[in-house]
Amino acid sequence: MTLLQVKDLGVRFSTHDGMVHAVNGVSFNLDRGQTLGIVGESGSGKSQSVLAMMGLLARNGNTSGEALYQDKNLLTMPAHELNRIRGNRLSMIFQDPMTSLNPYLTIERQMTEVLELHKGMDRKSAKKRAIELLDAVRIPDAKRRVDMYPHEFSGGMRQRVMIAMALLCEPEILIADEPTTALDVTVQAQILSLLKDLQRDFGTAIIMITHDLGVVAGLCDQVMVMYGGRVMEYADADHIFYQPSHPYTIGLLGALPRMDDAGEALTSIPGNPPNLANMPKGCPFYERCGHALDVCADTIPPLEATGERSQVLRACHVPVTQLSIQGQDKEALHV
Amino acid sequence: MSETQQPLLSVRNVKVHFQVASGESVLPWTAKKTLKAVDGISFDLYPGETLGVVGESGCGKSTLSRAILNLIPATDGEIVWMGKDLRKGGSRDWHRVRRDIQMIFQDPLASLDPRMTVAQIIAEPLRTHRPELGNKEVMARVRQMMRRVGLTEQQINRYPHEFSGGQCQRIGIARALILEPKLIICDEPVSALDVSIQAQIINLLKELQREMGLALIFIAHDLAVVKHISDRILVMYLGREMELANKRALYDTPTHPYTQALLSAIPFPDPARERSKTIQLLSGDLPSPINPPSGCVFRTRCPRAEARCAEELPKLHAVSGDTQCSCLLT
Repeated sequence: MTLLQVKDLGVRFSTHDGMVHAVNGVSFNLDRGQTLGIVGESGSGKSQSVLAMMGLLARNGNTSGEALYQDKNLLTMPAHELNRIRGNRLSMIFQDPMTSLNPYLTIERQMTEVLELHKGMDRKSAKKRAIELLDAVRIPDAKRRVDMYPHEFSGGMRQRVMIAMALLCEPEILIADEPTTALDVTVQAQILSLLKDLQRDFGTAIIMITHDLGVVAGLCDQVMVMYGGRVMEYADADHIFYQPSHPYTIGLLGALPRMDDAGEALTSIPGNPPNLANMPKGCPFYERCGHALDVCADTIPPLEATGERSQVLRACHVPVTQLSIQGQDKEALHV
Repeated sequence: MSETQQPLLSVRNVKVHFQVASGESVLPWTAKKTLKAVDGISFDLYPGETLGVVGESGCGKSTLSRAILNLIPATDGEIVWMGKDLRKGGSRDWHRVRRDIQMIFQDPLASLDPRMTVAQIIAEPLRTHRPELGNKEVMARVRQMMRRVGLTEQQINRYPHEFSGGQCQRIGIARALILEPKLIICDEPVSALDVSIQAQIINLLKELQREMGLALIFIAHDLAVVKHISDRILVMYLGREMELANKRALYDTPTHPYTQALLSAIPFPDPARERSKTIQLLSGDLPSPINPPSGCVFRTRCPRAEARCAEELPKLHAVSGDTQCSCLLT
């Protein structure tokens, strides 16, 4: 069952430097219980595409396309209607757990507020439910800690509180924007295993936004690789990691220092990411791509299914067969 | 590294303690408490070697690196640089030593003065430590160093804000290398950078190290990055050493329970492996360094902790080969 259908989503900002196209032509379907990973470096548009769906863009932002939830377009929905959905059916965890909790309110007040608004619960039963959720995300001594303020919690604990808060209304879709980036590895492992358990128990669909390919590998069914505001490759996780078909994906995997490699030089991607205010005419990756053809300079490649593998979508003019020589090298190195 | 060589730097039982106001009271006359940021760290560093220092936030790895340069004075212990104990010397000795030990910082933009041009930033160490050099010579060296770290000469009069994070880090590296130091301390030099840029900077550091025979102390929380660049690795937890071992030994056969938990927590970019692996999750949070657990500091989260771990203070001892571990149970 498709929960969320995103079609040709675009986000642009009007700035002093002119129109900045942060996201272009993002489309995907999200099913119940599925996990979609959106991977990309800073400025790739991964965060802006989900912020657009949640109606959280900066004032100078504009959207185009559709994001259909229960046949209604989230992008054009008036705020009062959107308020009934977000925090309720669709909720979000942010990267920085300190700045996304209100420092003036106790955890109890921040959590009961959500339930009073969406579920019409009274304060007492809302508090009981809040404690249950804090227990579910394994906060020790939840009964006492629910009355504490955010600053009394450690970073990992705050992120748990955020997750508990996002899950209060048992949402169908949970959007996690770099939820573990600010955390240490052992805490990250705790949070990721928690997300997996919760998904199993509640059947929540997750959109996981991250730059960490390791996190994606462990959690995601489908992976979308973004660069310069466009989707470069969209396929299931196994294809992305074992048979990457886009030069950028191949480059990204090669640039990653790995625990299991022998310690040769990393294959870095030369150059810097493009400036979104001044995008090249053709493929955004053209300048840094080792396989670029003449056509790449001035024609944006469409996101299409590759010949023999219909479940893999890629946006590249270079045929897969021409990448395969390098691709095989990579596999020999990494798999 | 061979044992016959004289170590470049010997750190012996170094401690950095801070006096902080106690948690409950902000009144000025209440007794201060001691925060043990670094509590008895020892290691040797040999010429041309890379020592990785890993640990989670609050383990004291950055404080340790600053103590080596006396940016935060150590409270106790010895810092022996080429046979000379620096803590016994005065500020002139430290000044001289900083010609040989340079540092690269985590935040590439914040570590550069926004009101200085690239040329001024890179030239500043030369102007401080080599005042005898003429302006022409200084600028020639600056240009050469800029080319070496992958910047173009046209950028010489620009200001830091005109550069991307990766390029700022290149400026920081140029500034550190201009004095031709023997040791560079890199404090999380790539953690603020994107993956593709991170690979460029790591490769650059490795190349420069090979060319100039540099020793590196590489501090990071990303164990994959540390593994890639280091020869030996020191694992820290709450200001103490947990394990010190060769890269290969540490990653293949981690000895200390903390190292084991740390390694198992790292996600691999390999879906099949991720789906099948079992993670050794640590329970709870890092204890406060103001009031650390008695005995072994890791015992409150250790899956193997026994009664005696609370009583005895474990010391770093040789386990096998070059591996040293501070666990009572090994």
